[in-house]
Amino acid sequence: MSLAQVVERKVERIAATGNHAAAYATREVDIDVAAIYPITPQVQIAEKIAEMVANGELDAEIIPVESEHSAMSAVVAASAVGARAFTATSSQGLELMHEILYIASSLRQPVVMALATRALSAPINIWNDYGDVISMRDTGWIILFSETVQEVYDNIIQAYRIAEHPDVLLPVAVTLDGYILSHTIEPLELVTREEALKFAFKRPRGYRPVLDPDDPITIGPLAAPNWYYEIKRQQIEAIRNAGRVVREVGREYGKIFGRTYDLLEPYMIDDAKIVIISLGATASLVKAAVNRLRKQGEKVGMVKIRLYRPFPAEDLIKVIEDVDAVGVLDRAVVYGSPTEGPLFNDIAVTLATRGIHKLLVSFVHGLGGRDIFVNDVIAMYKKIKRFAEEGRSPEKTVFFGVKGEEV
Amino acid sequence: MGVNKPIKVLWDIPREERFAPGHSMCQGCGAAITMRHLAKIMDKNTIIAMGTGCVEVTTTLFPRTSWRNPWIHLAFENTAAVASGVEAALKALSRKKIIDDSRRIKVVAIAGDGGTFDIGLQSLSGMLERRHNVMYVVYDNEAYMNTGIQRSSATPYGAWTTTTPIGTKLRGKPQPKKDIITIALAHGIPYIATANIAYPVDMVEKFRKAYEVDGPSLVHVYSPCTPGWRIRNEHTIEVARLAVQTGVWVQLEIIEGEPRVTIKVPRRKHVRHYLRIQGRFRHLTDSDIETIQKMVDEYVEKINKWVGEEAIGPVVE
Repeated sequence: MSLAQVVERKVERIAATGNHAAAYATREVDIDVAAIYPITPQVQIAEKIAEMVANGELDAEIIPVESEHSAMSAVVAASAVGARAFTATSSQGLELMHEILYIASSLRQPVVMALATRALSAPINIWNDYGDVISMRDTGWIILFSETVQEVYDNIIQAYRIAEHPDVLLPVAVTLDGYILSHTIEPLELVTREEALKFAFKRPRGYRPVLDPDDPITIGPLAAPNWYYEIKRQQIEAIRNAGRVVREVGREYGKIFGRTYDLLEPYMIDDAKIVIISLGATASLVKAAVNRLRKQGEKVGMVKIRLYRPFPAEDLIKVIEDVDAVGVLDRAVVYGSPTEGPLFNDIAVTLATRGIHKLLVSFVHGLGGRDIFVNDVIAMYKKIKRFAEEGRSPEKTVFFGVKGEEV
Repeated sequence: MGVNKPIKVLWDIPREERFAPGHSMCQGCGAAITMRHLAKIMDKNTIIAMGTGCVEVTTTLFPRTSWRNPWIHLAFENTAAVASGVEAALKALSRKKIIDDSRRIKVVAIAGDGGTFDIGLQSLSGMLERRHNVMYVVYDNEAYMNTGIQRSSATPYGAWTTTTPIGTKLRGKPQPKKDIITIALAHGIPYIATANIAYPVDMVEKFRKAYEVDGPSLVHVYSPCTPGWRIRNEHTIEVARLAVQTGVWVQLEIIEGEPRVTIKVPRRKHVRHYLRIQGRFRHLTDSDIETIQKMVDEYVEKINKWVGEEAIGPVVE
């Protein structure tokens, strides 16, 4: 499709919150089953889906479950029948689902879930951080982070195409920063249902093993030590290969709708000496900080990680191989780790296993919804620069913005 | 779908076996008998959702299976939620003409007492309240047998299990069995029954009705466990029959809230006949047995009052 054709597409632009954008995306891809359960801050996704079903905009079966554990169980089961299934959650709801998160990926069911990120209890806190999504890091799900309301919408449409790809067959989680995206109204370009279904097309039932009376199979059996390991090895291979599909799908999406997606997004990287790496909506702040620093003549760039799992190690190496120092912003912690930033740890391992030495700084910020501003990112940049001038990486994570701790 | 005519005598029970042999269930396993007869009333157009437990691990050891129907297992506490998801998907896909609507595919959920009375109670309640068209079968062997005989809320008063051992201060389970039937009844579902493997015609007829009902149904099946109850393999049916003959277990059917007793017992046997045949009760003293007899008497009185007749008679030696 040429650029002219892209421009010719009649595009409906509306204003929407991230939560509503997530719900609209499920309408565009014509989901069959949604399990809904209220939790802040994703609850408007559930409300909007219920509303769309009630007024006939969306032909789906809603299962108003009695818990998130049942929500995840029900969508995995619905997917095993061949239905396009969806659910959404946050924080404690995700934690209640946890047991079934592993089962969803291990049974290779292409479920899609929106996750309005929120801090974990205790103390109970309804505001944004990535404690919840990081807790599902190792569950075998594909995880896509969104930076804007538009990305939430685009990611969910792409998520079905990725999840249902015969080489993948894995569940996909799409994040939207709690409140920062879930409740913030931004411009949203809609895709029509016809376009969305042409892109994220529904494959015929039976292209993958499903619960079908004409071809009965047993899903979720007992596997003893003589088989378990091989089954897991296949699953490891599936998520490893998913990155290729995520890239292909993101490119094709760009060709049709004019917004191309990759596994990560570098910005002002070409001559950068220092690069700041972040996830989700935080990346917008980092971009603004980079713009301001560039005006002051600083050689700084940034990388936004879009595909968090499987981690795009090769892509990252390509974009940061020429920089001197890397600062990583984490909005979550892994307690008791040598360094407490989870994204930082992935990057450190990526570099170390390839024998690449860089000056690395791990920052944790914004836990429990504590705001950070462009000036804070600039302060972090200055800190990285100071370490770079001294020529040493700090051994410990810097907890930025904690009362009583100077940076 | 299913079996169209009522099961009145033994030869009305379908000959077809949809539960394949070669599984690894114990000799004399009550749950195995339950599964074999349950599978007989299903036709091809049935999807089974099963919870973790004895039956699940003994019938699906990869790469073999005993199930000739589509079958799915996720975990322990979510059988009803899994069945809900299957049913909702069938509804949506039938409406969208992806699945032929005329097939009327039925969903059968199967779980043990631990997976139903205890850890799966919330998910069961949700499924019943939402009115999913699912037949739910609980095979009750009165303890966590898959992990090696630990008490559940379905374990009866006084029974030995590995977590209600016989010590100097505590002797067996101090609490009575949970009443799952009343809990199901509180959800106002169209069909509820208790069944017992010693009465196969009654049991299969109840399976048939629960399967045919449009909406949620629950069948609670008495399924003795030979190692767990410390009974001889050849005593499974004997113990199951004595449970009914002593009034410990009453064969109930509740259609749209209206209860009736399907196997009447005009003259009850004393409960000691039931208890003394099982090793799990061997520690009971005569006075303990009299306590249990009183509990059974009260239960029988409650049932008779509820069904409005003396369906279960007095103890006659």
